[in-house]
Amino acid sequence: MSIRVAIAQFNPKLGDLGANLALYEERIRQGIKERADLLLFPELSLTGYFLRDTVPSVALTVKSPEMKTLKQLSRELPFVAGMVEESADHRFFNSAVYFEDGEIQHVHRKVYLPTYGMFDEQRYFARGDRVRAFDSKFGRFTLLICEDLWHPSTIYLAALDGALAVLCPSASPLRGIVDGQAQDDNARYWEMINRAYAETYSVFMIYGNRCGFEDGVGFWGGSEIVDPFGQRLAKAAYYDEAFLVTEISLESVRRKRTMSPLLRDEDLDLTINELMRIRERPAALKVVQGYKGTKVREFKKPKAKPRKL
Amino acid sequence: MVVIPTNTTLLREILTGFIRNEVQKTGLARVVVGLSGGVDSALSAMLATEALGPNNVLAVLMPYKTSHPDSQAHAEMIARASGIETMFADITPQIDAYFERFPDADPRRRGNKMARERMTILYDHSARWSGLVLGTSNKTELLLGYGTLHGDMASAINPLGDLYKTQVWALAEAIGVPEVIVRKEPSADLWVGQTDEGELGFTYREVDQLLYLMVDQRYTKPELITAGFPERFVDDVARRIMFSQFKRRLPVIAKVSQRTIDRDFRYSRDWGK
Repeated sequence: MSIRVAIAQFNPKLGDLGANLALYEERIRQGIKERADLLLFPELSLTGYFLRDTVPSVALTVKSPEMKTLKQLSRELPFVAGMVEESADHRFFNSAVYFEDGEIQHVHRKVYLPTYGMFDEQRYFARGDRVRAFDSKFGRFTLLICEDLWHPSTIYLAALDGALAVLCPSASPLRGIVDGQAQDDNARYWEMINRAYAETYSVFMIYGNRCGFEDGVGFWGGSEIVDPFGQRLAKAAYYDEAFLVTEISLESVRRKRTMSPLLRDEDLDLTINELMRIRERPAALKVVQGYKGTKVREFKKPKAKPRKL
Repeated sequence: MVVIPTNTTLLREILTGFIRNEVQKTGLARVVVGLSGGVDSALSAMLATEALGPNNVLAVLMPYKTSHPDSQAHAEMIARASGIETMFADITPQIDAYFERFPDADPRRRGNKMARERMTILYDHSARWSGLVLGTSNKTELLLGYGTLHGDMASAINPLGDLYKTQVWALAEAIGVPEVIVRKEPSADLWVGQTDEGELGFTYREVDQLLYLMVDQRYTKPELITAGFPERFVDDVARRIMFSQFKRRLPVIAKVSQRTIDRDFRYSRDWGK
């Protein structure tokens, strides 16, 4: 199946839902005009990134009128929106929401909320508690938001859950100047993992980053689509607005997996057994145990029923 | 020898993008910059010219009677090279009128007063000309606290605040700031014979290497000493950073309410933009 995938790389207005909704509409119209089948918006692009205390005032619930507008817009072109999503019990999530044919088909709540250095997400957002693949009308995909992908467990789970493509909304800031390197160090790292993940898991990496500045922090743009062979099919400009439209053929996942059936050979039981062992054994728990090595972190039991949006 | 990465091509692209974006999102198109004749303000002005076009940059020259004659000549050189509009505001009358009342003021007070006088002039022309005040303080002086609070440290946006002096030199050279300005000895020129490095007691090149490892690379004190920096130098610089922290923050507010500005009332500056 061939689909025309679009990525809208732009500079949202910080904390201005109305203005950004208008920017969404414009880009959805453009996608329709360019015969796109699917459109990816960057992380928190409906609100801007460094929201801080504006989080509750730009949050959307299932009942928000903006949700209705977004659903309506998806009748003509399915898309992934990046927004602040408020649950019924008033937690705020950094979410990617997949709209298709007038309905919300899937919600991914960012699991790994960076709270170090320049980031403060855990102060403002609740943490998502699941990684899932889901069925779109084009095939089985997964949504992972920015930092989620810096934890290899997320894409590992998504790939084993059957995802053929990873749609990654991102708000990746430029930082780290290196001599002799054309882009900043963050861009280098992302391009490396997009390519490595695409090849390792035989998936399409569809990476949508934003551009523009917020309080002096620039976002480097450079959205891209990498196929399961590690070939870059499309690349947006760095630092500037762009609208990418590229045709991808999901058959290439089949071809790649036929040639190198790594996922088929993945031993899930082995992984689970070893993880259980590591969880039980303090000596091997250097990363998650207490500094002195005395305490083992308690693991929460998985909740019985998935929460509804 | 510690190499501070200075990819001038990339820096130039990022910093011009920063100026364009941060200016335009305020709804304005222009900037006002105080040109001293030194390399920092020269670089700021030239980056702004590249970002916004020469018609959108106003350079204000604010000499005092003791200012080095080269300062004005170099400021004019930059204005000519970049094609930006300049205006003069000699601060001698207002400074002298003030210190006639306080004749015992030492050079530090006089220097700070001059820096703050210049700030008020820039902000006045900011309002008159609808342009943001463009900052010129670099990371070295911000970290060391080598600047006047509410004086030369005041600005709306600052493209140089994350560049060490060493990086300023390299970028200035790459962007075409005349060599005579890049090469000359750095000076606040607040009194005759003043030089930055003379006053600080070390060179920018030395301290930048230390700061880069200490701040950017998070080296500990023992690691810095192992890297070859004398302990007294490390301590002196660490102390300067700590004691000047107040200059890099807003005034301290007494908390009484549930939501106090900047403590639990937290918004980005670009809120709504």
